[in-house]
Amino acid sequence: MAIALDQAKPGYPDVTTWDRLKTNKNWLAIWFMLPAAAFLILFLAYPLGLGVWLSFTDARIGRSGIFVGLENYEWLWDDSTFWLSVFNTLLYTIVASTVKFAVGLYLALLLNERLPFKAIIRAVVLVPFIVPTVLSAIAFWWLFDPQFSIISWSLRKMHLINENINFLGDIWNARWSVIFANIWRGVPFVAITLLAGLQTVSPSLYEAATIDGATPWQNFRYITYPLLTPIIAVVMTFSVLFTFTDFQLIWVMTRGGPVNATHLMATLSYQRAILGGQLGEGAAISTAMIPFLLAAILVSWFGLQRRKWQQGESND
Amino acid sequence: MTDALAGKAADPKAILTGSSPIADDTEGMSYLQRLPRRLVTLYLPLSIILLVLLFPFYWMALTSIKPDNQLLDLDTYSPFWTWNPTFKHIYKLLFETDYPIWLWNTMLVAVCATALSIIASVLAAYAIVRLRYKGAQWVGGAIFLAYLVPPSILFIPLSTVVFQYGLFDTPFALILTYPTILIPFSTWLLMGYFKTIPFELEECALIDGASRWQILMRIVLPLAVPGLISAFIFCFTLCWNEFIYALTFISSTQYKTVPVAIVTALVDGDIYRWGSLMAGAMIGSLPLVILYAFFVEHYVSAMTGAIKE
Repeated sequence: MAIALDQAKPGYPDVTTWDRLKTNKNWLAIWFMLPAAAFLILFLAYPLGLGVWLSFTDARIGRSGIFVGLENYEWLWDDSTFWLSVFNTLLYTIVASTVKFAVGLYLALLLNERLPFKAIIRAVVLVPFIVPTVLSAIAFWWLFDPQFSIISWSLRKMHLINENINFLGDIWNARWSVIFANIWRGVPFVAITLLAGLQTVSPSLYEAATIDGATPWQNFRYITYPLLTPIIAVVMTFSVLFTFTDFQLIWVMTRGGPVNATHLMATLSYQRAILGGQLGEGAAISTAMIPFLLAAILVSWFGLQRRKWQQGESND
Repeated sequence: MTDALAGKAADPKAILTGSSPIADDTEGMSYLQRLPRRLVTLYLPLSIILLVLLFPFYWMALTSIKPDNQLLDLDTYSPFWTWNPTFKHIYKLLFETDYPIWLWNTMLVAVCATALSIIASVLAAYAIVRLRYKGAQWVGGAIFLAYLVPPSILFIPLSTVVFQYGLFDTPFALILTYPTILIPFSTWLLMGYFKTIPFELEECALIDGASRWQILMRIVLPLAVPGLISAFIFCFTLCWNEFIYALTFISSTQYKTVPVAIVTALVDGDIYRWGSLMAGAMIGSLPLVILYAFFVEHYVSAMTGAIKE
């Protein structure tokens, strides 16, 4: 026995440290994670931290700033344009997200019905989401032209209005116009993702409820809605997030005008930081968006968790 | 709401006919609805929504082929149709502006950034799902959080970073920054796909002496092709769509991408600019629409796959 062990021992050193490393999970994982980690640290985590730091400096383009404490934020606190942009952003996000959710859910329910050419209709619905936002925003810019707008023209022909609507030149008209464009672009996303959720709901549930005398409203309220809640929470988190940080639509259609009436926080920070050169102040506006975003994420996240718990699923 | 009211009236009948053996199983409960009601509750709202969703594209296409005099004179000619289509705007766009160069830039940036991101995401997703190293769960969560960081709070610090690295105003500024948007998304998507591949296949390969790299290349990737296509298409679309980084990091006209160039270089004081602007918007979206037409299924699965956890 002892002899056998002794003879086996010389075989051991062949397994070198290198061989062990090659099969070590953690060591391998470092190499597998390296490319993604490099990108995300260099171009995401580092800039995110740098942004917060910049907001405490008076950096300008071409000049690294010095630490000035909360000066940028104090300056913003007294800046009525900044507060106007906060108001606009909240209005834009709340109105657009609510309507997107309502219309998107309605459209998803419609598309879930038995329809001729179902596949084609579903594919077509998603087209506004595929086309680059900037390009459809340009189309909306043309549709909302003060002189040659086809919408004004049609309404005039129907004798509903007497003169052209100044879509993007009037404060509230401009706000509603950009909100409409945002809804137009966002509805397909909400509808198609909710439709995917709807298709997982078993039809036998509706059949059973209908036999028990449930009305279509009750079917929706007590079957569709509860089963759809998890996916609604996730979809709406994304929708709110992307609406809140929107930049493209506004920049193409109004550049924040008229009289800053459509400036969102993102467009204002671009204007101050890149066009105006005040990197520190722009960074402060960007950083001020983070608490709002965190709040939105937390609200929908906890909404989702509570729902799971109510349905008796484990919190995984 | 109309649905609910209409449903109430038909309900007793539904229960009666529901027990009838003639009922066709494939239709489910839809035979409960009669055609007139379906017209009002289904086809009418659906066509209104579809009309609103598609009208801007019709208008875009129509504007790009209308002659100039019809473009601004809505009263003499019917604005909703034209009998004298012209390719003047498209010709002007393709041969008198830098549009082909911008199209090429967009394509180049999108393909390179997508390829880089997919390679990085495949490796990362495989490591998170299958190597299950220490802290893999946390890394997965961190990647999801990275997905939630929007470009519009990153572009200011990123512009200084891009400047420091000496990438400012080169295509590399975009090729290297776009992956920050794409990697979190595609990693998350691919993690979902990799989880569906049976563990046993890999165990067999391990017993046969395959290394992790061989397993990834010969077993996991061939099985995950649908996921790779989905990730590729979605990333490509996101790249094509990206605006704020391209607007901030690129200043010379010859490096601009289509969305930025249209807004900054194509918009001039000309009152007749609408024709070529709309032609530019239409041609700029065409590659994506064609790609989408071929891969609708993959596209939808990418979108919903990223939403599902």
